[in-house]
Amino acid sequence: MSATIGRRSGSLRAERRWALWTAYISLIIACVIFLMPPVYMLITSLKTNADIANLQGNPWIVTNPTLEHYRSIIGNPLFLTFFWNSIKVTVLTVVVSMVISVLAAFALARMRFWGSQWLATGVFLTYLVPDTLLFIPLYQIVGGLGLLNNTWGLVLVYPTLTVPFCTWIMIGYFASIPKELDEAALIDGASWPQMLIKIFIPVALPGIIAATIFAFTVSWAAFVYPTAFITTPDQMPLTIGVVSTLVRGDTFAWGQIMAGALLAALPPVIVYAFLMDYYIAGLTAGATKG
Amino acid sequence: MANVSLRNLVKEYDGGVQAVKGINLDIQDHEFVVLVGPSGCGKTTTLRMIAGLEEITKGEIDIGGNVVNDVPPRDRDIAMVFQNYALYPHMSVYDNMAFGLTLRKFARSEIDKRVKNAARILDIEALLERKPKALSGGQRQRVAMGRAIVRDPKVFLFDEPLSNLDAKLRVQMRTEIKKVHQTVRTTTVYVTHDQVEAMTLADRVVVMNHGIIEQVGPPQELYHHPTTRFVAGFIGSPAMNFIPARVENDAVHLADGTFLPIPDARRERYAPAAGRDLLFGIRPEHLTEQRIGPNRADIIITPEVIEPMGMETLVHFHFGDARDFCAKIDPTAHAAPGERLVLTADMSNMHLLDAATGRVL
Ligand SMILES: Nc1ncnc2c1ncn2[C@@H]1O[C@H](COP(=O)(O)OP(=O)(O)OP(=O)(O)O)[C@@H](O)[C@H]1O
Ligand SMILES: [Mg+2]
Repeated sequence: MSATIGRRSGSLRAERRWALWTAYISLIIACVIFLMPPVYMLITSLKTNADIANLQGNPWIVTNPTLEHYRSIIGNPLFLTFFWNSIKVTVLTVVVSMVISVLAAFALARMRFWGSQWLATGVFLTYLVPDTLLFIPLYQIVGGLGLLNNTWGLVLVYPTLTVPFCTWIMIGYFASIPKELDEAALIDGASWPQMLIKIFIPVALPGIIAATIFAFTVSWAAFVYPTAFITTPDQMPLTIGVVSTLVRGDTFAWGQIMAGALLAALPPVIVYAFLMDYYIAGLTAGATKG
Repeated sequence: MANVSLRNLVKEYDGGVQAVKGINLDIQDHEFVVLVGPSGCGKTTTLRMIAGLEEITKGEIDIGGNVVNDVPPRDRDIAMVFQNYALYPHMSVYDNMAFGLTLRKFARSEIDKRVKNAARILDIEALLERKPKALSGGQRQRVAMGRAIVRDPKVFLFDEPLSNLDAKLRVQMRTEIKKVHQTVRTTTVYVTHDQVEAMTLADRVVVMNHGIIEQVGPPQELYHHPTTRFVAGFIGSPAMNFIPARVENDAVHLADGTFLPIPDARRERYAPAAGRDLLFGIRPEHLTEQRIGPNRADIIITPEVIEPMGMETLVHFHFGDARDFCAKIDPTAHAAPGERLVLTADMSNMHLLDAATGRVL
């Protein structure tokens, strides 16, 4: 009796060890794959131009570390303009997206009305249409509004990328909040807006933050739309600004490009670092809801 | 405080499900009314219509003399306690209770007074700074009641508030709720599927079944004078026993062949039913060990299962075609499975029902 139990728990421990090994190995492989490019960027950004051009020697080793690329890119007024444009467009996009998608998700998750199911599915389907397909018709619209080569045009089109997915993940999260909570607030004397602001949104915050991070990342990293709609450097966001000003014909200012790209990646990293827990809570709640 | 009237109230959900099929009910000021019935009979739906959370398909609801069909929940001046309590998780106990008053723009001092007072009544003064997730089930239950009490509304609505608690706490909170009602005297509509809860709490019990009201009355009346088979079987635990029967020569002739004399006082009442198909109904507590006395009749049975409960013993047996007949005997009386046993039926507490309509004669 005790022998069988001993053997069973022994094999269980072995199984567990296997599971751990598999998990660690796949995680390490994933980490290496995902971290290699940024690490390589960091290394390159710290090299002198001569070192970068030197094809002899190990490219992973920095012999004369320097901050010259960082100094020159931060000293470049255009870079600051790009940064400012990115911040402006992203903040506005996030605000617009969240207002629209919180309200949409609330309506779709909570109010039973004719066609609400279809509408929810429809919202998700629009997310599947890629921006590479949409920029041509959107060019017409943005042009018609006179917003070509204008950051405001980006504020207008970015929500088409963010709203569907944000709405979708929030529908899932909102559905996990018991509806008695809103009902209790309504009975307690709250109007609909009061109930939303004082009860529902605070309770749904993890889901809303997850959606906010998503909207932030998408609009910070958007590339196709600004490439299509923006032509002069003064209106460019970071994504295309860095590439278009630091690549002159065939010459790539690699050091500066890498430094600029790393600096550009900094805000999302900071945002993630602070809101990671919320992000995971929000996404998984949506996930289990199906 | 106010009375509440439901008039021909109908609720039809999308898809044509009629959850409530035209009910009428007048609830007096200060009254504690309990809606009870099996799962799916429309209790919650009725309560939610009173609260204004569910649209009324047909009929009228009147609270304190005003028809409230088109009044939103916040203007009905009602308070509701939900089964899952629905406490605001991001607010402290104090803020949970104060929320409704803050929205109604009460002065801070008044809010404080009311919250402290409710906390005292419910014995949760020590918990006011805590968040709901740091409370036990019973404490959450109290906070949910506190949230209702501070508002001093016209009507309290409870939807199975005790069903998430364990058995012991449920009994304790039941007493607590009754105590609170005796203190604040607010008109209360309370939903439960537990008939013991209904009997112990209610001034009047409303028994619902399949979207209609079967019977309304004080607990004792429902117990002693049920009007339908459903109520007779639903109220009381263990449930009333039924067996097919006929009335012949001032006696009940049971399907198993036993003759039981009808008490003199009831002869006239049952005479017209002679010859019809009937059901004889008797509660286990009126079927006891052999006792001599007026209006008593013996039956002889063979117990199948004996269940000693402490202050009484339950005897289960087959009786004619009736599978599970149950009797409650004195724990000192001798009874053993498979051994012949004489029981006495208290005929003054018997019931005769029309087998076809299920109405009590
Ligand atoms: N939103 C809804 N849509 C359609 N049908 C519903 C809806 N809510 C309830 N019903 C149906 O209405 C009937 C009554 O439901 P209700 O919730 O009032 O029952 P109940 O008496 O409270 O039961 P329980 O004791 O299980 O809570 C049930 O048949 C139920 O399936
Ligand atoms: Mg219910």
